[in-house]
Amino acid sequence: MAGVTSINLVEHALLVSIQDDITDTEILELQDRLSNKISENRIDGVILDISALEIVDTFVGRVIAQLAGISRLLAADTYVVGMRPTVAVTLVELGMYLPETRTALSLTHALTQLRRL
Amino acid sequence: MPSPSYVAFDEKDLGAQVLLSQFKLKTSGDAVTVRQAVARYMKEHGASALNVTRFATAVSEIARNAIVHAGGGEFSIYVDPRAKRLSVVCWDKGPGIEDVALALTDGYTSGGGLGRGLGGAQRLAQKFEIRTAVGGAPAC
Repeated sequence: MAGVTSINLVEHALLVSIQDDITDTEILELQDRLSNKISENRIDGVILDISALEIVDTFVGRVIAQLAGISRLLAADTYVVGMRPTVAVTLVELGMYLPETRTALSLTHALTQLRRL
Repeated sequence: MPSPSYVAFDEKDLGAQVLLSQFKLKTSGDAVTVRQAVARYMKEHGASALNVTRFATAVSEIARNAIVHAGGGEFSIYVDPRAKRLSVVCWDKGPGIEDVALALTDGYTSGGGLGRGLGGAQRLAQKFEIRTAVGGAPAC
Protein backbone atom coordinates (compact mmCIF):
# COMPACT_ATOMS: atom_id res chain seq x y z
CA MET A 1 0.00 0.00 0.00
CA ALA A 2 1.48 3.27 -1.12
CA GLY A 3 1.31 5.88 1.61
CA VAL A 4 -0.09 9.13 0.34
CA THR A 5 -0.31 11.61 3.14
CA SER A 6 -3.12 14.07 2.58
CA ILE A 7 -3.47 17.68 3.71
CA ASN A 8 -7.02 19.08 3.80
CA LEU A 9 -8.37 22.44 4.89
CA VAL A 10 -11.04 22.15 7.60
CA GLU A 11 -12.34 25.51 8.83
CA HIS A 12 -9.10 27.41 9.57
CA ALA A 13 -7.10 24.32 10.26
CA LEU A 14 -5.11 21.94 8.13
CA LEU A 15 -5.93 18.30 8.63
CA VAL A 16 -2.90 16.14 7.97
CA SER A 17 -3.48 12.40 7.83
CA ILE A 18 -0.24 10.51 8.32
CA GLN A 19 -0.08 7.09 6.71
CA ASP A 20 1.30 4.02 8.44
CA ASP A 21 4.05 3.37 5.90
CA ILE A 22 5.27 6.92 5.38
CA THR A 23 8.84 7.02 4.05
CA ASP A 24 11.66 9.43 4.84
CA THR A 25 11.29 11.08 1.43
CA GLU A 26 7.56 11.56 1.90
CA ILE A 27 8.17 13.15 5.31
CA LEU A 28 10.51 15.75 3.86
CA GLU A 29 7.97 16.47 1.14
CA LEU A 30 5.21 16.70 3.75
CA GLN A 31 7.17 19.24 5.83
CA ASP A 32 7.62 21.33 2.73
CA ARG A 33 3.98 21.16 1.65
CA LEU A 34 2.68 21.78 5.15
CA SER A 35 4.85 24.83 5.86
CA ASN A 36 3.89 26.39 2.50
CA LYS A 37 0.19 25.74 3.07
CA ILE A 38 0.28 27.27 6.55
CA SER A 39 1.86 30.49 5.32
CA GLU A 40 -0.30 30.77 2.18
CA ASN A 41 -3.66 30.19 3.88
CA ARG A 42 -3.25 32.01 7.22
CA ILE A 43 -3.78 28.82 9.12
CA ASP A 44 -4.52 28.94 12.88
CA GLY A 45 -4.12 25.29 13.59
CA VAL A 46 -2.73 22.04 12.31
CA ILE A 47 -4.40 18.75 13.17
CA LEU A 48 -2.22 15.68 12.75
CA ASP A 49 -4.42 12.63 12.37
CA ILE A 50 -2.45 9.55 13.38
CA SER A 51 -5.36 7.11 13.58
CA ALA A 52 -3.84 5.12 10.69
CA LEU A 53 -0.65 4.53 12.69
CA GLU A 54 -0.42 1.11 14.33
CA ILE A 55 2.80 2.10 16.01
CA VAL A 56 4.66 5.31 16.77
CA ASP A 57 8.37 4.64 17.18
CA THR A 58 10.95 7.29 18.05
CA PHE A 59 11.41 8.11 14.37
CA VAL A 60 7.72 8.81 13.78
CA GLY A 61 7.59 10.59 17.14
CA ARG A 62 10.36 12.86 15.98
CA VAL A 63 8.47 13.55 12.74
CA ILE A 64 5.38 14.55 14.73
CA ALA A 65 7.48 16.82 16.97
CA GLN A 66 9.14 18.44 13.94
CA LEU A 67 5.85 19.06 12.15
CA ALA A 68 4.49 20.63 15.34
CA GLY A 69 7.63 22.75 15.79
CA ILE A 70 7.45 24.04 12.22
CA SER A 71 3.75 24.87 12.62
CA ARG A 72 4.38 26.71 15.86
CA LEU A 73 7.08 28.88 14.26
CA LEU A 74 4.51 29.74 11.60
CA ALA A 75 1.99 30.69 14.32
CA ALA A 76 -0.25 27.64 14.05
CA ASP A 77 -1.12 25.42 17.02
CA THR A 78 -0.87 21.70 16.59
CA TYR A 79 -3.21 19.01 17.79
CA VAL A 80 -2.54 15.33 17.44
CA VAL A 81 -5.75 13.33 17.07
CA GLY A 82 -6.63 9.69 16.75
CA MET A 83 -3.85 8.22 18.88
CA ARG A 84 -4.66 4.61 19.66
CA PRO A 85 -4.61 3.73 23.38
CA THR A 86 -1.94 1.09 22.77
CA VAL A 87 0.22 3.72 21.04
CA ALA A 88 -0.17 6.07 24.02
CA VAL A 89 0.94 3.35 26.45
CA THR A 90 3.90 2.41 24.26
CA LEU A 91 5.00 6.03 23.82
CA VAL A 92 5.12 6.49 27.59
CA GLU A 93 7.13 3.29 27.97
CA LEU A 94 9.49 4.48 25.24
CA GLY A 95 10.00 7.69 27.19
CA MET A 96 8.82 9.85 24.28
CA TYR A 97 7.42 13.28 24.96
CA LEU A 98 5.82 15.52 22.39
CA PRO A 99 6.16 18.92 24.05
CA GLU A 100 5.08 21.05 21.07
CA THR A 101 1.87 19.17 20.55
CA ARG A 102 -1.48 19.02 22.26
CA THR A 103 -3.64 16.00 21.86
CA ALA A 104 -7.36 15.74 21.23
CA LEU A 105 -9.43 12.61 21.20
CA SER A 106 -11.18 13.40 17.92
CA LEU A 107 -11.23 15.87 15.06
CA THR A 108 -14.34 17.52 16.54
CA HIS A 109 -12.61 17.91 19.89
CA ALA A 110 -9.54 19.46 18.22
CA LEU A 111 -11.64 21.90 16.17
CA THR A 112 -13.56 22.97 19.29
CA GLN A 113 -10.27 23.68 21.06
CA LEU A 114 -8.93 25.64 18.09
CA ARG A 115 -12.11 27.79 17.84
CA ARG A 116 -11.53 28.95 21.42
CA LEU A 117 -8.12 30.40 20.58
CA MET B 1 36.80 -4.93 7.15
CA PRO B 2 34.66 -3.50 9.96
CA SER B 3 33.37 -5.95 12.50
CA PRO B 4 29.58 -6.22 12.68
CA SER B 5 27.52 -4.51 15.35
CA TYR B 6 25.39 -7.53 15.69
CA VAL B 7 25.91 -10.90 14.15
CA ALA B 8 23.43 -13.67 13.68
CA PHE B 9 22.30 -15.35 16.82
CA ASP B 10 23.74 -18.80 17.29
CA GLU B 11 20.96 -21.19 16.32
CA LYS B 12 21.61 -23.22 19.47
CA ASP B 13 20.60 -20.24 21.60
CA LEU B 14 17.15 -20.21 20.04
CA GLY B 15 16.12 -23.58 21.45
CA ALA B 16 12.98 -24.96 19.82
CA GLN B 17 12.50 -21.91 17.66
CA VAL B 18 12.26 -22.16 13.92
CA LEU B 19 13.05 -19.55 11.34
CA LEU B 20 9.81 -17.99 10.08
CA SER B 21 11.16 -15.43 7.64
CA GLN B 22 14.18 -13.36 6.75
CA PHE B 23 14.43 -9.87 5.30
CA LYS B 24 17.12 -7.58 3.99
CA LEU B 25 17.29 -4.19 5.67
CA LYS B 26 18.25 -1.40 3.29
CA THR B 27 15.72 1.43 3.28
CA SER B 28 13.34 2.79 5.91
CA GLY B 29 10.55 1.01 4.03
CA ASP B 30 12.17 -2.29 5.03
CA ALA B 31 11.74 -1.38 8.71
CA VAL B 32 8.02 -0.97 8.02
CA THR B 33 7.92 -4.33 6.24
CA VAL B 34 9.53 -6.24 9.12
CA ARG B 35 7.45 -4.70 11.86
CA GLN B 36 4.27 -5.32 9.85
CA ALA B 37 5.32 -8.96 9.39
CA VAL B 38 5.86 -9.32 13.14
CA ALA B 39 2.55 -7.60 13.95
CA ARG B 40 0.66 -9.76 11.46
CA TYR B 41 2.02 -12.98 12.93
CA MET B 42 1.26 -11.89 16.50
CA LYS B 43 -2.30 -10.85 15.63
CA GLU B 44 -2.95 -14.12 13.85
CA HIS B 45 -1.81 -15.96 16.96
CA GLY B 46 -3.96 -14.10 19.43
CA ALA B 47 -1.52 -11.64 21.01
CA SER B 48 -3.14 -8.67 22.74
CA ALA B 49 -3.27 -5.36 20.89
CA LEU B 50 -0.94 -3.80 23.47
CA ASN B 51 1.65 -6.55 23.17
CA VAL B 52 1.53 -6.33 19.38
CA THR B 53 2.13 -2.59 19.49
CA ARG B 54 4.89 -2.90 22.09
CA PHE B 55 6.80 -5.57 20.25
CA ALA B 56 6.28 -4.08 16.78
CA THR B 57 7.58 -0.75 18.11
CA ALA B 58 10.69 -2.41 19.55
CA VAL B 59 11.23 -4.18 16.22
CA SER B 60 10.87 -0.91 14.37
CA GLU B 61 13.49 0.71 16.61
CA ILE B 62 16.16 -1.94 16.13
CA ALA B 63 15.50 -2.27 12.39
CA ARG B 64 15.72 1.48 11.87
CA ASN B 65 18.84 1.56 14.03
CA ALA B 66 20.52 -0.94 11.70
CA ILE B 67 19.42 0.99 8.60
CA VAL B 68 20.20 4.50 9.81
CA HIS B 69 23.37 3.94 11.85
CA ALA B 70 24.87 0.79 10.40
CA GLY B 71 24.27 0.83 6.66
CA GLY B 72 21.62 -1.87 6.70
CA GLY B 73 21.66 -5.52 7.58
CA GLU B 74 19.48 -8.56 7.85
CA PHE B 75 16.45 -9.33 9.94
CA SER B 76 15.14 -12.74 10.95
CA ILE B 77 11.95 -13.75 12.70
CA TYR B 78 11.98 -16.95 14.75
CA VAL B 79 9.01 -18.65 16.36
CA ASP B 80 8.60 -21.26 19.02
CA PRO B 81 5.07 -22.49 18.22
CA ARG B 82 4.69 -24.47 21.44
CA ALA B 83 5.82 -21.72 23.78
CA LYS B 84 3.97 -19.08 21.69
CA ARG B 85 7.16 -17.11 21.61
CA LEU B 86 8.50 -14.86 18.91
CA SER B 87 12.13 -13.78 18.69
CA VAL B 88 13.75 -11.48 16.22
CA VAL B 89 17.39 -11.14 15.35
CA CYS B 90 18.79 -8.09 13.67
CA TRP B 91 22.23 -8.27 12.14
CA ASP B 92 23.87 -5.16 10.80
CA LYS B 93 26.95 -4.10 8.91
CA GLY B 94 28.01 -1.22 11.14
CA PRO B 95 31.35 -0.64 12.81
CA GLY B 96 30.07 -1.88 16.16
CA ILE B 97 28.93 -0.13 19.31
CA GLU B 98 31.85 0.79 21.54
CA ASP B 99 29.87 1.32 24.69
CA VAL B 100 26.62 -0.67 24.75
CA ALA B 101 25.56 0.67 28.15
CA LEU B 102 25.97 4.22 26.85
CA ALA B 103 24.02 3.44 23.66
CA LEU B 104 21.16 2.14 25.78
CA THR B 105 21.06 5.28 27.92
CA ASP B 106 18.07 7.53 27.32
CA GLY B 107 19.12 10.78 25.73
CA TYR B 108 22.33 9.45 24.23
CA THR B 109 22.44 9.63 20.43
CA SER B 110 25.18 9.20 17.90
CA GLY B 111 23.16 10.36 14.94
CA GLY B 112 20.94 13.34 15.72
CA GLY B 113 18.02 11.22 16.91
CA LEU B 114 16.22 11.46 20.20
CA GLY B 115 18.37 8.85 21.89
CA ARG B 116 15.45 6.77 23.05
CA GLY B 117 15.44 4.07 20.40
CA LEU B 118 17.59 1.27 21.77
CA GLY B 119 16.80 1.88 25.42
CA GLY B 120 13.12 2.09 24.52
CA ALA B 121 13.29 -1.15 22.55
CA GLN B 122 14.89 -2.82 25.55
CA ARG B 123 12.06 -1.67 27.80
CA LEU B 124 9.38 -2.82 25.35
CA ALA B 125 10.74 -6.33 24.82
CA GLN B 126 10.62 -9.14 27.35
CA LYS B 127 14.17 -10.08 26.58
CA PHE B 128 16.70 -7.92 24.82
CA GLU B 129 20.31 -8.52 24.06
CA ILE B 130 22.97 -6.71 22.10
CA ARG B 131 26.15 -8.40 21.08
CA THR B 132 28.65 -6.26 19.32
CA ALA B 133 32.06 -6.46 17.66
CA VAL B 134 33.09 -9.65 19.43
CA GLY B 135 29.99 -11.33 18.02
CA GLY B 136 26.30 -11.44 18.75
CA ALA B 137 22.95 -9.92 18.10
CA PRO B 138 20.18 -7.98 19.76
CA ALA B 139 17.29 -10.32 20.32
CA CYS B 140 13.91 -9.32 21.58
